[in-house]
Amino acid sequence: MIQVRGLVKRFGYTVVLRGVSFDVPAGQTVVLLGPNGAGKTTLLRILATLLKPSAGQVFVGGHDSIHHPEEVRHLLGYVSHQPLLYPDLSARENLRFYARLYGMENPDERIDEMLAVVGLSRRTDDLVRTFSRGMVQRLTIARALLHNPPVLLLDEPDTGLDPQAAAMLAHLLREVAGAGRTILLTTHNLARGVDFADRVVVLAGGRIVADEPAHTLTSSTLAELYADAVTQGGA
Amino acid sequence: MKVFVQAAWAIFWKDVRAEFRTKDIITGMLLFALLAVLIFNFAFELRVENVRQVLPGVLWVAIAFASILGLNRSFVLEQDRGSLEGILLAPVDRSALYFGKMMGNLVFMLAVEVVLLPVMVVLFNVNVFHPVVLLFVFLGTLGFAIVGTVFAAMAVNTRAREVMLPVLLLPVMVPVLIAAVKGAANVLDGASLSDVTNWLKLLVVFDVIFLAVAFMTFDYVVEE
Repeated sequence: MIQVRGLVKRFGYTVVLRGVSFDVPAGQTVVLLGPNGAGKTTLLRILATLLKPSAGQVFVGGHDSIHHPEEVRHLLGYVSHQPLLYPDLSARENLRFYARLYGMENPDERIDEMLAVVGLSRRTDDLVRTFSRGMVQRLTIARALLHNPPVLLLDEPDTGLDPQAAAMLAHLLREVAGAGRTILLTTHNLARGVDFADRVVVLAGGRIVADEPAHTLTSSTLAELYADAVTQGGA
Repeated sequence: MKVFVQAAWAIFWKDVRAEFRTKDIITGMLLFALLAVLIFNFAFELRVENVRQVLPGVLWVAIAFASILGLNRSFVLEQDRGSLEGILLAPVDRSALYFGKMMGNLVFMLAVEVVLLPVMVVLFNVNVFHPVVLLFVFLGTLGFAIVGTVFAAMAVNTRAREVMLPVLLLPVMVPVLIAAVKGAANVLDGASLSDVTNWLKLLVVFDVIFLAVAFMTFDYVVEE
């Protein structure tokens, strides 16, 4: 579903990604680990068509994301550090706005369904600025899934959440993963990496330094692998 | 085409609805415009015979700087809360974002003018509610919205974004300011429609050309 070939990204003289290549088959959940500055967010932003690579190729669902970004955007749901929601609109108004951007006809039924999935049915008409951080993040997941994309990109979705809200989000993401979606998730939480993923990829210094099936790893072996990989990567 | 119009309308409607609740943009624009007009009224002891020549200039100074405030805010708010990315992720041509934002900015500017013009009538004792004067005001405002929306999107990614927008925008807007001020002043001074047709043509041509340029270039403007 996702194919990345020789991806390079430079910002001026700073090289953030140095020839990253990997595939994510349809339905697989891949957790991308790495220290700050490893290039995780840049990689996800390129996959989301928000950045253009300096070199290399990216295909999502067979579409070239550089030359045909609109086709790729149909296939993607993206959750970034920021919620991408409007605090002065209600939860329903936010989702209706995004539904129109995605060209959805009569989206109200789907909006109700998504608000129920993320447990916000009772707050549909409340302004987002009255929501807690956890509720905002759940609404963000609803926004990303609204147009039912086959690929979900999640950039540290649990940042800033308390343990209870993070657990609720993890439960929600497990349900989403069970729906056969292809998921690429970045996190600093190694336990989540083992618990949630089919595969763990470690990025350090702009390179992939480890790529292992999750079932072969425990939290402690992953911690060792991560430490070794980050050292090798020169981070 | 339907998806494009739907997306542009969604962006316009979202901006209007959010602004209706917060009044973040219009309040600042309106206060600035009213204060500017008030200061001009105190600063100039205008005689009856020259007030008609000066009034359009006063009006456009107030509109120009109030518009810059509003144009800046429209993208700064999106950038600061990160919501611009949400729109850029949508599978529509990015010029839909431009048209939605431009329509929103135009409506906010016109809303300010709806309050500003009657105040000017009271302060300067000149009736500006002449159809041709209003046409000049509309075409000039449209020009400001068309060009200002592009430059506001460019300026929002720069470090000195509040300074950058007027520095970029005002030189480009010189033809609009000259045409709108001269044309309206002539009409207030008793000129007929045929006397000011060339100024109107200039405004129409400016608006059409820059609308086409904005449509073709906006994708590159918002590209990171």
